[in-house]
Amino acid sequence: MKKILISLLFLLFGTSVYADCNIKSGSINILANDFPALRTFVETAKGCKGSADFKVTHSSEHNKIAVPALTANPSEFSARIAANSSIVPLMNQDLIRPLDDLVKKYGKGIQDSQLITIDGKIMAVAFMANTQHLYYREDVLKELGIAVPKTYEEVVAASEKIRASGKMQYPYAAAYKAGWNLAEEFVNMYIGHGGEFFKAGTAQPSINNAKGVATLNMLKKLAGLSNPDYLTHDSEAIKVEWESGNVALMTLWASRSGTLLDDDGDAKITTATKLTGPATVAGGNIPAATLWWDGFTLAKNRSDADAEATFRALAHAAANKKMVADAADQAVWLIEGFKPGPKSIGVIEAVKMKAKPYPMLPQMGLMHGALGSEIVEFLQGKESAEQALKDVEAAYMSKAKEQGFL
Amino acid sequence: MPNKTFFWFFLPTGLAMILFIGLPIISTGIQSFYAQHDQVVKEVKKCDPFGCTVSIVVDQEKTSKIREEKPLGKFNGFGTYVDRNHLAVEEIGNFWNETNSFGEFVDQVTNLPFYKALIFTLTYCLFVTPNVLLLGFIIALSLNAVTRRIRGPLIFGTILPMIVTPLVGSLVLFWMIDAEGIIGANLQMLMDDPYLSLKSSKTLTWITIIIYGIWHHSPFAFVVFYAALQTVPQEPVEAAIIDGASRWQRVRHIVLPHIYPVVTFVALISLMDNFRVFEPIIGFSAEGSAQSLSWLIYDNLVNEEVILFGSAAATSMMTIVGIAILLAPVLIRTWKEFRTAR
Repeated sequence: MKKILISLLFLLFGTSVYADCNIKSGSINILANDFPALRTFVETAKGCKGSADFKVTHSSEHNKIAVPALTANPSEFSARIAANSSIVPLMNQDLIRPLDDLVKKYGKGIQDSQLITIDGKIMAVAFMANTQHLYYREDVLKELGIAVPKTYEEVVAASEKIRASGKMQYPYAAAYKAGWNLAEEFVNMYIGHGGEFFKAGTAQPSINNAKGVATLNMLKKLAGLSNPDYLTHDSEAIKVEWESGNVALMTLWASRSGTLLDDDGDAKITTATKLTGPATVAGGNIPAATLWWDGFTLAKNRSDADAEATFRALAHAAANKKMVADAADQAVWLIEGFKPGPKSIGVIEAVKMKAKPYPMLPQMGLMHGALGSEIVEFLQGKESAEQALKDVEAAYMSKAKEQGFL
Repeated sequence: MPNKTFFWFFLPTGLAMILFIGLPIISTGIQSFYAQHDQVVKEVKKCDPFGCTVSIVVDQEKTSKIREEKPLGKFNGFGTYVDRNHLAVEEIGNFWNETNSFGEFVDQVTNLPFYKALIFTLTYCLFVTPNVLLLGFIIALSLNAVTRRIRGPLIFGTILPMIVTPLVGSLVLFWMIDAEGIIGANLQMLMDDPYLSLKSSKTLTWITIIIYGIWHHSPFAFVVFYAALQTVPQEPVEAAIIDGASRWQRVRHIVLPHIYPVVTFVALISLMDNFRVFEPIIGFSAEGSAQSLSWLIYDNLVNEEVILFGSAAATSMMTIVGIAILLAPVLIRTWKEFRTAR
């Protein structure tokens, strides 16, 4: 009983330390993706909710909910944790509000580099960075005398060597699930080849070129070294493949490193799992990867009082040195005071190598969607690379016309 | 039932149908004729943690003005229906002129998303519906012949596939056919091919989904047929036995004619259901190899960060038309029979 009392007191005391935002009223409702770092972030924000009403929805289906939920007036959510790509539809539909005043008033501790400004207005406050980079099994590479690959050509050579050694049948893995994931792999590889998705300054597609073909050929080579079910494998599925020891080289999100390196699972595999930067391709300097930020945005169709309360709670987390120190291995925080640990190597390397951010263009979502379904048949060997790229462009054009971009 | 009684009896259902089915269909129809306004974009400076770039955004001031004037969007007529992602009229014309052989032409057409989806949907309907009817009927006949004591548990076991939520059912099967799952691994052993994967080949994926469809839908046919079998009069059956008719002859000449209207009913419902095949594609993560019309609608609505209402609406309308065409022969026949009966 005494123990319970003490711990209760601690709890009360603990929360009173956090509750320094002094929010008196308002209602906070947050929509966010579902991975550990975001849960930590939102929990930290909750710590200073004061007497405001606090709700959160963590869902991996957040993209599907966001636009309809924020279009309603008043909108279901007062804040949406977004990323480079998911802020675009919100901007296109004019669903989020500029944060300049709130940042000025309550944004103490938020660094300038965290602010996402578009046309001079602050539209989001970023708090973590993410990218896709290489993971490798140190033990397997060492045993076969393979150096840690730096380019995708080396990844292919290394995988072939591992396969030839008979150790693993499908030594490479990446999230090639048809749809969003596969398209993301194309985007990364195409950027690595130095490709541009659109003719400069227009929404006209321009991927049907030598770089596009080279991109597809590289994806196909890698797919040939992956589990034949690759078209059904998302990030979670390849994580499982990795943890069962079927894979020695993998391209995966940095934000997943936490769950790969935790104490769950085979200790032998966990200790041999090492991270390195993203690979380059075709002799390019910039990595075949895109940089992502995660940040919060506030709904436009919601009262100013709610927006203020939400901002204060989230800003508290977005400038929280204690959270950054406690959860240093959950993400690459963009917040002041972050000391990168071994799990952040991938992102740090990507930034050093000058990786490009994912293109924040209004019509990029349509291109991404067209890629996800139209390049599948090429990977299955049913059509040529040129035909696949032609299909992507045609599918994109129809959609872009319907959306008024062309 | 007098017509007046029927009218009052049907009124609540009718109203609900108009409200929840009729009006949404009309609204979808209207939406399918509209596209988004031309986007007014402007060049701006964008800064994020990784640096600043000059890029474009949608000009909200100008766009919102246009949107307020015409909230539905730009009238597009049948523009969305005939574009490349739907009926692709222009593209098909071009293919016809450009290709040298009919086979090549068919290849090109079936490469278009709508026709690709249509072919899968029709294949699924064509294989699943008759098999569901046949299997359902066979199960019903067999169960009807079993002694009453064990019939209850058997019926329960038989309708289990229908009770299981489609998504859960397909997910379970999805894991079982995994290369390391119980079915997948055993198939590899049986075929003596360690690289055999049901998920990587298009044909095998189609077969899996079709088998799943038959498994999932048969219980419905079975339940209805079983109920109908209970109404088969015993006298003619007994008379036929005395006349020395074989079991097959009895089924063929007495049972089948008796439950014929029910067979039509089950066929209709099955066709409609199968034409809207959707859950197994999601459950089996089969988007890469198999797309149906319903999946196209879903894809337009959720798979991209931009929602394509016009596209989704157009595909929905065409799905309705498709179902109407498929059902037409059966409906016309029923109508004719109804007329002659009167």
